Amino acid sequence: MLLIHCPYCEQDLPELEFAYGGEAHIARPADPSALTDEEWRDYLFIRSNPRGVHFERWRHVHGCARFFNAVRETVGDKFLMTYKTGEPRPSEEEVEARLKELSA
Amino acid sequence: MEGRMDAYARFRPESSTVPASGPVAIRILPEVARFSLRIAPADLGVASEAFGVALPGRIGEIAAFGSRRALCLGPDEWLLHAEEEEAHVIEAAFAERYAATPHSLVAIGDREIGISLEGEEAATLLSTGCPIDLERLAPGTGKRTIFDSVSVVLIREEKDRFTLEAWRSFMPHVLGLLETANRELAAGL
Ligand SMILES: [Zn+2]
Repeated sequence: MLLIHCPYCEQDLPELEFAYGGEAHIARPADPSALTDEEWRDYLFIRSNPRGVHFERWRHVHGCARFFNAVRETVGDKFLMTYKTGEPRPSEEEVEARLKELSA
Repeated sequence: MEGRMDAYARFRPESSTVPASGPVAIRILPEVARFSLRIAPADLGVASEAFGVALPGRIGEIAAFGSRRALCLGPDEWLLHAEEEEAHVIEAAFAERYAATPHSLVAIGDREIGISLEGEEAATLLSTGCPIDLERLAPGTGKRTIFDSVSVVLIREEKDRFTLEAWRSFMPHVLGLLETANRELAAGL
């Protein structure tokens, strides 16, 4: 079973306590009525779905119940880091460094 | 279908002792008043004053005074326990502070049933359905977690004594699994 680090509980806890919440850092358009149908469709449904590093939301639903963000490497299914909602997305350098650390 | 749902909704254990099935003593705990409190961490002082217990600020920590105790479940969420007779006093104390300090206090006493698990093998028994590393749940702390897909609150009262609370309608399921596993422990499986 995967262990996921909850940035609020500050502990590594079993995957079973968590729920996946889709791609992270997708901001709701400030004025939806100004969008074309295609732009609105893209906001609602179109996701990056990368092979590799993915920024995603998780919820510690059977724990502190908080949403937070995670960086996961989707090929090896490894969590690189997690951070609180509202904190900036980790930089490419930080992600690279963490990838190296994990593969070492 | 409806008849069955009714039966679960009304599930009220008849006796406080579950028939002994193994090395771990499983007891149904007496009813208590329970509240789910949501309040901004910055206003914790106000809530502590209303409840009469200095609410803990760290997830997992428990603070108690007399029969009242508080467990920090999340960054802005606390589970409060008190004697049933005190429920109204607590509600009034929070209501008084509501205008100046917005918060949410929800009575959840009847929603849950608490059970106690006691014995040297209590942690082993719990580990049959709970995925967390119980070694790391220190005595005197607690957390919300999962037991065979049921969301529960687990408190480690002492090294070999746990309190587990779950929604009333899930309790027959939880108890059934615990009794089976307790029997397996007795059989040395
Ligand atoms: Zn958490």
